Amino acid sequence: MADIFDGYRLAQAWDEMFAAPGKPRTPYDSLVSVLQPMDPAELRYRADQLARVFTDRGVTYDFAGEERPFPLDLIPRVIDAVEWDLVARGVRQRVLALEAFLADVYGAGRLFDDGVMPWRLIYTSPRFRREVADFAPPNGVRVHVAGIDLIRDEQGRFRVLEDNVRVPSGVSYVIENRLAMTRTFPALFAEQSVHRVDEYPSRLLAALRAAAPSGTADPCVVVLTPGVHNAAYFEHTLLARLMGVELVEGRDLFCSRNRVFVHTTRGSRPVDVIYRRVDDDFLDPLHFRPDSVIGCPGVINAARAGYVTIANAVGNGVADDKLVYTYIPDLIRYYLHEEPLLDNVESYRLDDPDVLAWALDSLDELVVKPVDGAGGSGIVIGPQATPAELAVLREQLITDPRGWMAQRPVALSTSPVLIGEGLAPRHIDLRPFAVNDGEDVWLLPGGLTRVALPEGELKVNSSQGGGSKDTWVLVGPQAAQPTPLPAAFPLLTPRATAAVATAIERQSGPDQ
Amino acid sequence: MNDELLSRMAETLFWTGRYVERADDTARLVDVYVHRLLGDPGTQGAGSAVDCGPLFGILGVKPGEDTEPDVGVALFRLAYDATSPSAISGSVLAARAGARGIREVISSEMWECLNVAGHGLAGQRRAAERLGPHVYLRFIRERAALFFGLADSTMSHDDAWRFLVLGRSLERADMTARLLLARLPGPQEQGWPLLLHACGAYESFIRTHGWAAEPTKIAEFLLLDRLFPRSALHSLVTAEDCLMALNPGPVRIGMDDPARRPIGRLRTTLEYADPAQLPDQLPELLGELQQACVEACDAITKRYFQYEAPVTWERDG
Repeated sequence: MADIFDGYRLAQAWDEMFAAPGKPRTPYDSLVSVLQPMDPAELRYRADQLARVFTDRGVTYDFAGEERPFPLDLIPRVIDAVEWDLVARGVRQRVLALEAFLADVYGAGRLFDDGVMPWRLIYTSPRFRREVADFAPPNGVRVHVAGIDLIRDEQGRFRVLEDNVRVPSGVSYVIENRLAMTRTFPALFAEQSVHRVDEYPSRLLAALRAAAPSGTADPCVVVLTPGVHNAAYFEHTLLARLMGVELVEGRDLFCSRNRVFVHTTRGSRPVDVIYRRVDDDFLDPLHFRPDSVIGCPGVINAARAGYVTIANAVGNGVADDKLVYTYIPDLIRYYLHEEPLLDNVESYRLDDPDVLAWALDSLDELVVKPVDGAGGSGIVIGPQATPAELAVLREQLITDPRGWMAQRPVALSTSPVLIGEGLAPRHIDLRPFAVNDGEDVWLLPGGLTRVALPEGELKVNSSQGGGSKDTWVLVGPQAAQPTPLPAAFPLLTPRATAAVATAIERQSGPDQ
Repeated sequence: MNDELLSRMAETLFWTGRYVERADDTARLVDVYVHRLLGDPGTQGAGSAVDCGPLFGILGVKPGEDTEPDVGVALFRLAYDATSPSAISGSVLAARAGARGIREVISSEMWECLNVAGHGLAGQRRAAERLGPHVYLRFIRERAALFFGLADSTMSHDDAWRFLVLGRSLERADMTARLLLARLPGPQEQGWPLLLHACGAYESFIRTHGWAAEPTKIAEFLLLDRLFPRSALHSLVTAEDCLMALNPGPVRIGMDDPARRPIGRLRTTLEYADPAQLPDQLPELLGELQQACVEACDAITKRYFQYEAPVTWERDG
């Protein structure tokens, strides 16, 4: 029987949906059975509808200076309950280790004394901020939100590709993707139970409020955006809207006597927590780049004085350093006394002269990344690079070995993506979002699955022209018990509930 | 000056306002109900097996004999049924049929808006059967918003406009009462936010109260808020303003408008209600609210719409 999966050829990588041609993996069984009888033209039609929903709702990102809808693929990515449990525990472990690491780096520096990591590594990191040394945030949390990028290797195991504990973005697409999918393709959800994703804003707000300076009864939280020209502006507005807090720009804020205020029509109002989506560099022209016009002068002093909380904390960038990344399995063992649940991708530290010498000989077999790069910029994929590119890279590595890190090239797992009217495998990754409120690290079930749309492309970043997929975490057998109806429903007594049955008929006008 | 308005026109305007509002409210409710439950792991095999019984309860519609009230039945009886004035299609068609008879009173843009809505129903339903009900429900919401927007901006705010707004306000108050009377089902933490979504009040609420989404606060917001245009109090104030402008009544003593009495009484009750006691009083209040809407509607009909004087033959000798 001809069906839409007939023309699907597996690539040289782990395929998320099919174990072998025509043999779907278990979590995908019911999805495949819904999709199989569909006409490719029908799929295309729905995909166009989906694109329209996004354009209408203004779900966009800024690509090369223009506002574009973020392409959402019609076919969801599915993760079963057991595997998600591993991911959740692994990410939680990693976030806790990163918190301990940051507290140590900006505090006692125990790990340098114990020889876990050389101090040289930290003070040479461009993201290390002396300005916040010896300063502990109110509830001890520095990583309020983390986006830990995972990939699945050739054997199907999840590995961590990089950590983002500065200002990870993308969560708005998780929320919007689900909304668009339930609206344009409700039939897909008919056969199975999928975890909801709309709890995120309330979790984030709770974590931000918990981080407020102590003694604040009803903390005022704001979202700080660089402005409408930022690539993720849509996300900033969405988070502010769903949390019911103000979205502010640097010019809306001012500092006075170490307190931060926002200008309003009724005068100034004190701000307690700033969820900033502005990089450290631009946050405070008094301390960082003096030419920044999107920051708020004085905000670092206010934070140090304990009158305002900046989330995520200033200086977290040092944990995103790709060279620090290579130490994280050690950090997990050192701080938590646990074995890492999620492995890194095999990585090589080029600041070691022997490793550098070896790497320079094998550049065409390695992926080389700048340690402070973000969004896939500056990455050289050896096997796909031209000799000229490799020659340039070679020079750069010799001049600045601390600025680079090398990894084994991994064939990211693939998933069927609708291209034209057919399905083709494309590489994907996964960015789960973790929210730390100081008591617990909560994971948004699912996260953002990013798709590299060009054939064979391995960089999935949206700034590289990527798309995304709705990501489903299936509800496990235990959790699948129907949620008991609210026992405590203080407002409506049985009497009122009985009234439902007797709800009066609606009146109607005269017949026309 | 158009000080006078034919009773028949007034009645049609009143009901056009009610029907368009009804279509809008019902579309919001069904949309929220169906789509939220789809994404909810608490409901097993979300799709067609969702129990839509409560929806019928809220809307005062009988699901029909021998049928399980699942999504399919609900969509037909509450949305696509063109013969029932409680269903969306029925309301839109009734509003269109009414507007057709008052084309000289309303602006032609308003008439076109409803005409497009009426003719678009079949096509939107076909699209919805392919893509899911959201397409259809959104179309309805957009048409309703367009209609009332046009009424506000292209029609003189005279008596004709007042009857339209009066109808809309009573329907809105009635709907809010119905929504609060029936708890929308769903896991505990979902039920109340769903209610806010169904009233289009979600974002407005969290901007006002933050995430302190306790049931009491939500009920307060939907019943007593003076600024949110879909709260029961706001709807009653608007209805009362319309009635007052239609018939200012005696200046000093008494009230000769039986329609204003139930509305005004309840408005006062809500206006001066003690929010702390709301949980205890809620069932009574909601019952009274619905009752007031019915009484007001009857009184308005009696006072303004009695144009069919009984016809009798005069006999000579």
